[in-house]
Amino acid sequence: MRITQGSFSFLPDLSDAQIAAQVEYALGRGWAIGIETTDDPHPRNTFWEMFGNPMFDVSDAAGVMLELRQCRKTFPDHYIRLTAFDSTHGTESVVLSFIVHRPALEPGFRLVRTEVAGRSLQYSLESYAVQRAPEGERYGMRQE
Amino acid sequence: MGAMTDATQITDAKKRYSAGVLKYAQMGYWNADYEPKAADILALFRITPQDGVDPIEAAAAVAGESSTATWTVVWTDRLTACDMYRAKAYRVAPVPNQPGQYFCHVAYDLSLFEEGSITNVAASIIGNVFSFKPLKAARLEDMQFPVAYVKTFSGPPTGIVVERERLDKFGRPLLGATTKPKLGLSGRNYGRVVYEGLRGGLDFMKDDENINSQPFMHWRDRFLFVMDAVNKASAATGEVKGSYLNVTAGTMEEMYRRADFAKSLGSVIVMIDLVVGYTAIQSMSHWCRQNDMILHLHRAGHGTYTRQKNHGVSFRVIAKWMRLAGVDHIHAGTAVGKLEGDPLTVQGYYNVCRDTHTVVDLPRGIFFAQDWGALKKVMPVASGGIHAGQMHQLLDLFGDDVVLQFGGGTIGHPQGIQAGATANRVALEAMVLARNEGRDIGQEGPSILADAARWCGPLRAALDTWGEVSFNYTPTDSSDYVPTLAVA
Repeated sequence: MRITQGSFSFLPDLSDAQIAAQVEYALGRGWAIGIETTDDPHPRNTFWEMFGNPMFDVSDAAGVMLELRQCRKTFPDHYIRLTAFDSTHGTESVVLSFIVHRPALEPGFRLVRTEVAGRSLQYSLESYAVQRAPEGERYGMRQE
Repeated sequence: MGAMTDATQITDAKKRYSAGVLKYAQMGYWNADYEPKAADILALFRITPQDGVDPIEAAAAVAGESSTATWTVVWTDRLTACDMYRAKAYRVAPVPNQPGQYFCHVAYDLSLFEEGSITNVAASIIGNVFSFKPLKAARLEDMQFPVAYVKTFSGPPTGIVVERERLDKFGRPLLGATTKPKLGLSGRNYGRVVYEGLRGGLDFMKDDENINSQPFMHWRDRFLFVMDAVNKASAATGEVKGSYLNVTAGTMEEMYRRADFAKSLGSVIVMIDLVVGYTAIQSMSHWCRQNDMILHLHRAGHGTYTRQKNHGVSFRVIAKWMRLAGVDHIHAGTAVGKLEGDPLTVQGYYNVCRDTHTVVDLPRGIFFAQDWGALKKVMPVASGGIHAGQMHQLLDLFGDDVVLQFGGGTIGHPQGIQAGATANRVALEAMVLARNEGRDIGQEGPSILADAARWCGPLRAALDTWGEVSFNYTPTDSSDYVPTLAVA
């Protein structure tokens, strides 16, 4: 399966030039850019690991792209997303977030149904990758 | 305009309170010199006086009948601080290019209103003046609320920012669809449509306004099957998904019962119809705030009083009331779809929902500035007769903070519901990407869509099916300050 979180997951994977254009757009609006990684892409896992603090004072996309390349080298089998933060009053939150790197193989989620009272079910999602191995060893070939 | 002597307030107390009938202006409901206070609530009415009725007297009557007046003098006024309680009409001006119509400005002291009650505002401002015989027609065009009054409302239970944080969806409009057909599907069949739409790429599916608990599908069956579909789609995509479960019912107790069941099944959102009434809306808003629930409002019935320009209540007023009353989503028009609304007027509604400070904007129908006092923002919903081929227009008109709902434009796709959903999601993401890259989507939109359709078969089929469909009728409700055209 393909996890479709983020703004652009239904498009073919973005090239570095396309990613840089989105970064320029965000920087042009005064947003800070964070790079975040995880190997637990549960839809309610909000807090991916930060690859450093969000970048507040960069003038163009080159610096962000440099960090991104470093992040890919460090975590070749993780999900990596770019997240843009807007500090404007009334927003003060994330305003753009998209996946820029993903594992070659995405096993996805199992829907766990627990039968409770009446016809009701309680639902939870279990990541096959997370079930299989501890953090850092979940995706890619190296844990085999 | 009538002779000024008629419109002058009688200040001699003995004459003013002698039993009998006076003109409203003479009773003190017209004051051309009045300077609205910062804490006044202001209203702008469009009035059409009966032939021969002086517009100033008509304006005074509006002020009178929406505050303290009755048709005759009453001595009991003198037991009160009646000068303060009287609303003051303070400006009357002809509507441009609309002979016989006047804009009338009325100021109300804050003491006339109960805190935190849209029902009280409505009962005061539109309670009986719209049936008043000396007026052929009247329309409440806009209102301004002092921030002191705004702060008596808790507003949207979730708001745009927190909704996005809960859903983990940023930087693009949300996508939805209304499950069709509106009536007749069993719970099982209904859930199938929900699953297919969400699996194909939509964020939300939606009950329609009249899906409550009919013989073909009891509400509990719907909730059970829909939530199975929602969770299954979430597992298949790794995304948070939702379906607006309509909890509208005959009594407040039953609505709470349905909302509690939706919560127990893990739904992120419930829905109500505007026809449940303002008090019920505020009650549901409080329930949602207690229960981490997004509240979707379908504006069922509004067209009966918002659409005709000469009589009723403008939707911009309803949008303001609903932001105060506290809903998270409100249907606010599409401009390009099958339902009424000229583009600038519709943008005015959107701004009312999303601004932190609204500025005067006559071409968009906004007559008053409004400080929203840090009240949360309402996510407007564009729903009704829109399709993937209009994606550039929709994004250009409405920006990111909107739910775009393609019902027929998803479910009617020739290759199936999932394909319809995928077509919409691909069109949306391609358009957002292009806009962020600095491309002029207004001009280049069709070629951006055509490029995406080269690698996305479902989008190609959608454009082939609906690419030329437009609803090109002249809007009935548009600004008096600009010439208007429907968007093709």
